[in-house]
Amino acid sequence: MMEDIVHQYLRPKKKFPHVWCPGCGDGVVMNSLIRAIHSLKISRDNIVMVSGIGCSSRAPVYFDFCSLHSTHGRALPFATGVKLGNPKLTVIVISGDGDATAIGGNHFIHACRRNIDLKMVLINNNIYGMTGGQYSPTMPTGAYAATAPYGNIDRPFDICKLAVAAGANYVARSTAFHTFQIEKYFKEAIMKPGFAVIEAMTACPSLYSFYNKTGKGTDMMKALKDRAISIESAANMSPEDLKEKIVTGIFANGDAKPYTVAYQELMERAERSRVDEESI
Amino acid sequence: MLFYKLYKDKDGRKVGFVQGNEACAEAALAAGVRFFAGYPITPSSEIAQVLAEKLPMYGGRFIQMEDEIAAMAAIIGASMTGVKTLTATSGPGFSLKQENIGYACMNEVPCLIVNVQRAGPSTGLPTQVSQGDVMQTRWGTHGDHPIVVYSPCSVEETAELTITAINTSEKYRTPVILLMDETVAHMREKITLPHESEMKLFNRTRATVEPSDFRSFDTRFGDVPPFEPYGNEKGYRFHITGLNHDENGFPTSRQDEVVPYMDRIHRKIYNNLDDIIKVKEWNTDDADFLLIAFGTTVRTCLGAMEKGRKKGLKIGVLQLITVWPFADKVVARLAKKIENIFVVELNMGQIINEVSRAAAGHGKIKGINKYDGVFITPDEILTHLK
Repeated sequence: MMEDIVHQYLRPKKKFPHVWCPGCGDGVVMNSLIRAIHSLKISRDNIVMVSGIGCSSRAPVYFDFCSLHSTHGRALPFATGVKLGNPKLTVIVISGDGDATAIGGNHFIHACRRNIDLKMVLINNNIYGMTGGQYSPTMPTGAYAATAPYGNIDRPFDICKLAVAAGANYVARSTAFHTFQIEKYFKEAIMKPGFAVIEAMTACPSLYSFYNKTGKGTDMMKALKDRAISIESAANMSPEDLKEKIVTGIFANGDAKPYTVAYQELMERAERSRVDEESI
Repeated sequence: MLFYKLYKDKDGRKVGFVQGNEACAEAALAAGVRFFAGYPITPSSEIAQVLAEKLPMYGGRFIQMEDEIAAMAAIIGASMTGVKTLTATSGPGFSLKQENIGYACMNEVPCLIVNVQRAGPSTGLPTQVSQGDVMQTRWGTHGDHPIVVYSPCSVEETAELTITAINTSEKYRTPVILLMDETVAHMREKITLPHESEMKLFNRTRATVEPSDFRSFDTRFGDVPPFEPYGNEKGYRFHITGLNHDENGFPTSRQDEVVPYMDRIHRKIYNNLDDIIKVKEWNTDDADFLLIAFGTTVRTCLGAMEKGRKKGLKIGVLQLITVWPFADKVVARLAKKIENIFVVELNMGQIINEVSRAAAGHGKIKGINKYDGVFITPDEILTHLK
């Protein structure tokens, strides 16, 4: 049996139950994240968890770290301020597909471009759950939602490709089913200097299933397992064969200079150029 | 690249002939601001430019964010690590920042937002003067919230009020707005920055309780909760959220928690009006005419007062240095004794409604309004006084 680690990290004063629906993948993903943090032995006083608005963004309230539940879409700029205010902190951002790639899409590409040292857990359930099942930027074309009663005509983002193109140092995708794989990615991401994003595919058995008849939480969890295919295997498959698949694996693992390191160097240059005012 | 130079006078104080924007940046630095996040916008960009150059010289950090919303978010995030923070913008950018200004009110995060007003609405007249954002500083973000707004009429006063605003934000755990206008931002005047010892800097109060007893918004020590930064190394671990929250920062919708919270964040400002509200009066003792203004129009009012008095018009001037909370008591007192009141604003009439409310039926209150992007002259004011 796995050691009970998560309970050691729950806030002593916070009352449960949590907000997530039965069958939601958010808790499972958070379990893997906490296990990764625990195994890296990072002091919980050095961690700040920052989130936006949405189902997954409720996560930080439950964990015994300093945390900031921000405004919709803005987790990354709030986290950018935290990191630059105190670069010694490990800043973990929790966000969802709507939060990070619709209202916060601009912040997402710029955090990637800057390669600022934030560790982003992007939980993708392809829908706006908290507001009642509207289509998100990652909802597949043809799927149904509260605001797509005739089927979604939008094309979905591939979040990992977007992050790679925008310059993130570390980009990986896994699912709520693959708890050990995603825990490994979380560890690598936290250790990696620069911006890291882990896309965690999850299921919304409440609303996605309500509109798309994808079954119960267990059915949707099984679908995550069945649809997952490694990036290596996917390389030899046609786009047609990949249509229903979730490509998992590491999409980027670079060594670009992190923003805070570059800024530290800038500060040293600036301090050397400082001159006292002349007397008059 | 800096377009001004500071010198040291014989007493060792920094002096210079600088723009209002430059004065704001220098004063912020002197007051201990060590983080700036912003986005380029006319006519406030010089504040960002000065701090991009100077902050890293003094161990601070500057970042140009991807948009105005992000800049507001970043200063809140940085302030949560205990750093004094600043952002600067103008009308369109100020509109974009509103949601996160509300977040700072809700979570009692000290920070300073400088709004250098330009004519609006929308893109308006980007390089020209206006005072059209005065109501937006009060009610720009949604929901009931307290806010403190100062408005300087000179470059020297811009420096003074920047320091005052930072102190107020630290003392009351609240965002503060410095409401400048294009004229004060770009005109050049002499400033003398105070010595560090002369500034009486205020730093947010820290917590003293055991970590297990710590609360994000502790009301046991008065209406302003002690603040602890992220990374405090004392074992204080806490949550903040834009949702209505209890003393621990956890979301709540309980009426017996929401109402006391809302009452307290207002009380901490409104029970301290004597400390927060600043006005200046000139010749209000014998005045037959009272000019009420804020920002650079105060200077025009003083010019009109001088000219008018030479012609026998007994003019007095009231400057609203603190625009919000509104100086109700002062206006009520003056309205009872001065019959003719003129509210001079570079807008179509905004603060005049507050004057009328505070005057409560006393005095004849008229607006002198200009909204063509051109500064008002003393003669223009005097034509209204006949």
